[in-house]
Amino acid sequence: MVRKCACRGCPNHQKQPRRRKSCGGDEKRVDSRTIYVGHRPCPDTEAFIPSKFCDNRIVSSKYTVWNFLPKNLFEQFRRIANFYFLIIFLVQVIVDTPTSPVTSGLPLFFVITVTAIKQGYEDWLRHKADYEVNKYPVTVLEDGRSVKKESEKIKVGDVVEVVEDETFPCDLILLQSSREDGTCFVTTASLDGESNHKTHYTVPDTEKDLQSLYATIECEQPQPDLYKFVGRMHIYKPEQEPAVRSLGPENLLLKGATLKNTKKINGVAVYTGMETKMALNYQGKSQKRSAVEKSINAFLLVYLCILISKAVVCTTLKYIWQSKDGQDEPWYNQKTQKEKDTNMYLKMFTDFLSFMVLFNFIIPVSMYVTVEMQKFLGSFFITWDKDFFDPEIQEGALVNTSDLNEELGQVEYVFTDKTGTLTQNNMEFIECCIDGFQYKHRDELDGFTVTDGPVSKLQQRAGQEKEELFLRALCLCHTVQVKEDGAEETPRDQVDGIDGMFPQPEEERGFIASSPDEIALVKGAMRYGFTFLGLESKCMKIKNRQNDVEEYKLLHVLNFDPVRRRMSVIVQTRSGETLLFCKGADSSIFPRVKPEEVERIRLHVERNATEGYRTLCVAYKQLSAEEYAMADTGLREARLALQDREEKLMAMYNQVETGMSLIGATAVEDRLQEEAAETMEALQGAGMKIWVLTGDKMETAKSTCYACRLFQRGTELLELTVRTLDDERLKREEKLIELLRDYHRRAVQDAPPVKAGVTRSWSKANQEYGFIIDGATLSLLMNPPRDADATLYRSLFLQICQNCTAVLCCRMAPLQKAQIVKMVKNSKGSPITLSIGDGANDVSMILEAHVGIGIKGKEGRQAVRNSDYAIPKLKHLKKLLLAHGHLYYVRIAHLVQYFFYKNLCFILPQFLYQFFCGYSQQPLYDAAYLTMYNICFTSMPILAYSLLEQHISIEILLVNASLYREIAKNAMLRWRPFLYWTVLGLFQGLLFFFGVRFLFSNPALQDNGQVFGNWSYGTIVFTVLVFTVTLKLALDTRHWTWINHFVIWGSLAFYVFFSFFWGGIIWPFLKQQRLYFVFANMLSSVSAWLVIIILILLSLLPEILLVVLRKPRGPHSRQKKPGQSNVVGSQSSQSSARPLLMRTFSDESNSVK
Amino acid sequence: MKNEGETTEQPDNTAFTQQRLPAWQPILSAGIVIPGFLLIGLAFIGIGVGLFLTSQTITVLEMDYTGVEKDKPCFGCTIPNIQNCTCEVQFSLSTLFKGPVFFYYGLSNYFQNFRKYGVSKDYYQLTGDTQYFTNPQDSCSPFAYDSKKNPIVPCGAIANSMFNDTFELYQLINGTKKQVPLDGKGISWWTDYNIKYRNPSPVNGSFANAFSGTRNPINWPKPVYELDLTDQNNNGFLNQDFLVWMRRAALPDFRKLYRRITQGDYAEGLPAGNYSLTVHYNYPVLTFDGRKKVVFSNVSWMGGKNDFLGIAYLVVGSLCVVMSVVMLIVYAKFKFSDDDDV
Repeated sequence: MVRKCACRGCPNHQKQPRRRKSCGGDEKRVDSRTIYVGHRPCPDTEAFIPSKFCDNRIVSSKYTVWNFLPKNLFEQFRRIANFYFLIIFLVQVIVDTPTSPVTSGLPLFFVITVTAIKQGYEDWLRHKADYEVNKYPVTVLEDGRSVKKESEKIKVGDVVEVVEDETFPCDLILLQSSREDGTCFVTTASLDGESNHKTHYTVPDTEKDLQSLYATIECEQPQPDLYKFVGRMHIYKPEQEPAVRSLGPENLLLKGATLKNTKKINGVAVYTGMETKMALNYQGKSQKRSAVEKSINAFLLVYLCILISKAVVCTTLKYIWQSKDGQDEPWYNQKTQKEKDTNMYLKMFTDFLSFMVLFNFIIPVSMYVTVEMQKFLGSFFITWDKDFFDPEIQEGALVNTSDLNEELGQVEYVFTDKTGTLTQNNMEFIECCIDGFQYKHRDELDGFTVTDGPVSKLQQRAGQEKEELFLRALCLCHTVQVKEDGAEETPRDQVDGIDGMFPQPEEERGFIASSPDEIALVKGAMRYGFTFLGLESKCMKIKNRQNDVEEYKLLHVLNFDPVRRRMSVIVQTRSGETLLFCKGADSSIFPRVKPEEVERIRLHVERNATEGYRTLCVAYKQLSAEEYAMADTGLREARLALQDREEKLMAMYNQVETGMSLIGATAVEDRLQEEAAETMEALQGAGMKIWVLTGDKMETAKSTCYACRLFQRGTELLELTVRTLDDERLKREEKLIELLRDYHRRAVQDAPPVKAGVTRSWSKANQEYGFIIDGATLSLLMNPPRDADATLYRSLFLQICQNCTAVLCCRMAPLQKAQIVKMVKNSKGSPITLSIGDGANDVSMILEAHVGIGIKGKEGRQAVRNSDYAIPKLKHLKKLLLAHGHLYYVRIAHLVQYFFYKNLCFILPQFLYQFFCGYSQQPLYDAAYLTMYNICFTSMPILAYSLLEQHISIEILLVNASLYREIAKNAMLRWRPFLYWTVLGLFQGLLFFFGVRFLFSNPALQDNGQVFGNWSYGTIVFTVLVFTVTLKLALDTRHWTWINHFVIWGSLAFYVFFSFFWGGIIWPFLKQQRLYFVFANMLSSVSAWLVIIILILLSLLPEILLVVLRKPRGPHSRQKKPGQSNVVGSQSSQSSARPLLMRTFSDESNSVK
Repeated sequence: MKNEGETTEQPDNTAFTQQRLPAWQPILSAGIVIPGFLLIGLAFIGIGVGLFLTSQTITVLEMDYTGVEKDKPCFGCTIPNIQNCTCEVQFSLSTLFKGPVFFYYGLSNYFQNFRKYGVSKDYYQLTGDTQYFTNPQDSCSPFAYDSKKNPIVPCGAIANSMFNDTFELYQLINGTKKQVPLDGKGISWWTDYNIKYRNPSPVNGSFANAFSGTRNPINWPKPVYELDLTDQNNNGFLNQDFLVWMRRAALPDFRKLYRRITQGDYAEGLPAGNYSLTVHYNYPVLTFDGRKKVVFSNVSWMGGKNDFLGIAYLVVGSLCVVMSVVMLIVYAKFKFSDDDDV
């Protein structure tokens, strides 16, 4: 495999997030554009109008120096939270409020600045990358001369020269290649990550001398699909009819791809700048929001209500209180004339606003910052994890979004692809069946043995002729290329191979293909003596058993596509015979061959499928000259069509691929991924339901499921496939509903009531069910003939599936996969779904699920690019979910709850103080404390906690999958824990305030008889508060690294230091020195010390009690040190040896709760 | 180049990146918590007993002299618009009131912690910055200028409402009045007196000249530079009564230190006998239903009398002890049942 090469200047492009829309003003909706090659006017066309296309400048940056500030600020204040704080700030500026605007302005300013700096930096990087790309020197041919230009100066129609290992500066139509056969090789590693070499072709029959080429290209308007392109080239030659050539994706060289194996090419620019396919593809993915964020929003709403009701209560009480004589305006506190004149209702309103401002700290700005930082920094632990590092591909895990870290701990449904995900997609040719006789390869030197299949006992081999025809078909019917990197070794290698000797491992033989099946088949054919030597100028060479080289002229390739599920080639032998070879899935081949041939093969195909092999059928057909002529013209016409080309081609393909005769079938094994079964078992143990969604055959998929232990021996399979729907008595729809009802009765009604989050182990005593459905049935289910049935069908289907341990959906189209995910996602309780896959066909379901995981497999990088997280192997999923996901969830849930709690007990005393200060909005704490509380004094410990906490060690989490269930269904952010934290906050807030209140019943607290004032009061409360909330976190911390120690004790020390400092100096910029020496004076009072100590202890007392009393119950063996207790050791050894037993044990302990 | 790429892509194998930092995993097990609670409980009970006993040794004498009821001596002074009213409050001590005795005045239902009241002062004036004498800050209004637009120094509601009842204490010995000397020093915070507040420097040798062009607060009978003509160190913004008043009370029911009794025959305390307190009754509180009182108290190391702390420590201490016993029972029970399970 060719390693991914970094190409100059382009890695950054992959991250360009947004799509720039227009360049230039003319966004006319024209279906096609016309390009004059080399800007040379062509005869015979309308007047040469150099139409306007956008230039080749790439603009991926969002801002310029001038618009950065307004645009960035506007975008930031579109976030509701920021906007809220802005409003509070403005209220403070406009209305005479208790706290200065600085208290809320400073944090807001801090947040906005940090975000702006981050975004500015990212944009600067984009600018830099853009600059690098735009100024990259390129060679343009102008009037026969090579001119060096900057890349951004390329115009549509320019003829550009690119040399080996350079990237293409824009989308080019290949005109000329230095290779003789008019091909060139490119890698699109930076576009879609596929590192294999792809062959592109020059436009046939163009002039060798580009100077004398007069041509126009007519092609579609830019569109983002990398693999689609339709166009037509008109070549004008003097005194001749203009020739027309069709252009397809094989002629188009994409910007960002790199030229390989070819000295140099010339091409004409068709799409430039922001209209290139690469630029069109950099769209921001739709934002996924995590369930935690929804919880945060719900809690925010609650706190907003608390805030508003506090303000309302205070305002109301204020006016009731003031209505008493003499209270409103005692002689010592007269109002100004302006205040007296103000309208009563206006006064009420401003009072309300003032209270809002006073209490607004209950919803802290810093929470958003901390949550974002936690997510951003926390995601590094995934990329850093060396357990995710795969030595084979030299890569670790990749995090594309950090917004969903905690969602990894909440997964309820896992949708997995089969090929490449559960299995390795590392194909190995196992056996073939020729004309009904089975050939099984054994690792013997002659490489070709025949085993005694059940059918072939009497006559062991098929006829020589059939055998060779079959092998030729395998050698010819593919799109494999011979790798040229090791060009010198290849010939020798091939010579050796002919003797049946394989001195080198076969993997090194160097074939490149888009699908590993094909390589396996070619290699399989090689074992039997037919070697594919390569494709040179439309001529395929194979070496047969007699070491003779046979040559076939490749006339047409009827490409593979997932709808047809087959591919064909049309070749011409030396003797002039025209042959069509076709290979494909049994279901797509069988209807196209003679029925009598099918029976002999079908048996083998089905048996192979149940053994978990991938089977392909091979058929051929001889084309007469007339037939070929018809097919040839038909295909050419279809290829030239500018509109509906796909449909026309498809129809033509179908027309050609008929009436074939079946030669045989192949069986290729796809090995299971490492630890696939263990991973699946662990996930099931963690309470997740696993659905396998595959495009593969039911039998193959089923056998994989058995191999992965998703289905077990005792599992009763409920099948809902085309086969079970076939019933002579009933119509399919009727049979469908009948079966659904039947299964529903068996799996749902007769089964004992199932509790949420409990799967296999719970129902261990009962029958286990597995469900199988195929694509056709699913589409019948989703779109029944009568719309009214749809909901009934779906609910029945979902209920059955929810009671099954595993569900297998086979024969799925990519879109159907997404449909299923969507259906489950939107079902009752909206469970969290996860999709994992490796191929392009999984992209839709990866995008649809809450969490999309890509596997860095062999099928290219599309899945990885579209995923939220990418891991090298399936086995890494276990740690990603059970350890990382679990920890992230616990961390962020605790972070959120703690934040609300600490701000509740921060603001509650301030609220209570209003009852003692005549509702005059007098702040209890000094402005510095109000501002710094969330920024400095209490922010770092919780951030450190939320990054480092491991309440259960990673090892135990991995061993004991059922621990995952303890946090299922957002357990830590439900209303009950929220209520608990809120009550705790209320309790502590009340305690702080009234404890100090009783102390101040005699404010003479010093031994010199002097009295303390209001700022001393606030400072004592604040000191208790800071210490309590920090120590509360310390109590919750189960994993004390030196960082935790540092930030927890450091914050407390900082608070003390800051208070001394703040109160120790007359600050020249302050209008009032309220806190001057207040803190030091407080510390000189023994009573203050005593009250601080007792209040801290009393606040934490219930917490300590709960921890201790809760402990003896529950399965919290984890809280014991591994060294200390034998329980953990025995449990973990038990669980690895007898996982099922372990699961039931932990379930019982769960159910105690 | 390729090799570089490979090495950088391999994650660092450090304890931090692998989340394997050595960590202390504290467990609040019953084995630690039960004895811990017991110890804390006992310690708290000890402190509580100490506090409570200390609090009991403190003598407090509180007298409301507002004169709301007719039979109270100061009832006569509550008539509106009366000038220079004096009244006498008599009390007797049966035992020695141990010294040093602190003399507080107290106000109830008086909101020194009103927000607008609290900001109604000009800190720059109070540091002796004469620039602000003629131009007081807005926060002082409506006590920044008088009706004739003369700037007020010290401006603002706090200064304007300074407590202006004065007291003289006499011991009655055989029908003669013996004045008890009251010490007005050391009643305000040291930092307030020495650092935070500053008088303006005298102009032309006269302290009063520094205040020219300004007027005294409306409710004050005399300007700030005449607060204590006997002692220049107690005059102006550095007048200790003024400083005490300027430090706002936390709650609407408060007391402030008025004088200390530390001199002469009374250094050891107030001997048993009859006393008469002469009140120069100036400060109106009835309009807002306030009350005035005087408090005599001695102090201990913990400050004035405060039973709350002692009781709180006793309660929490015994709570801890009870909890540890309960936990012991619960834990023992569960531990045994645990053993049965295993």
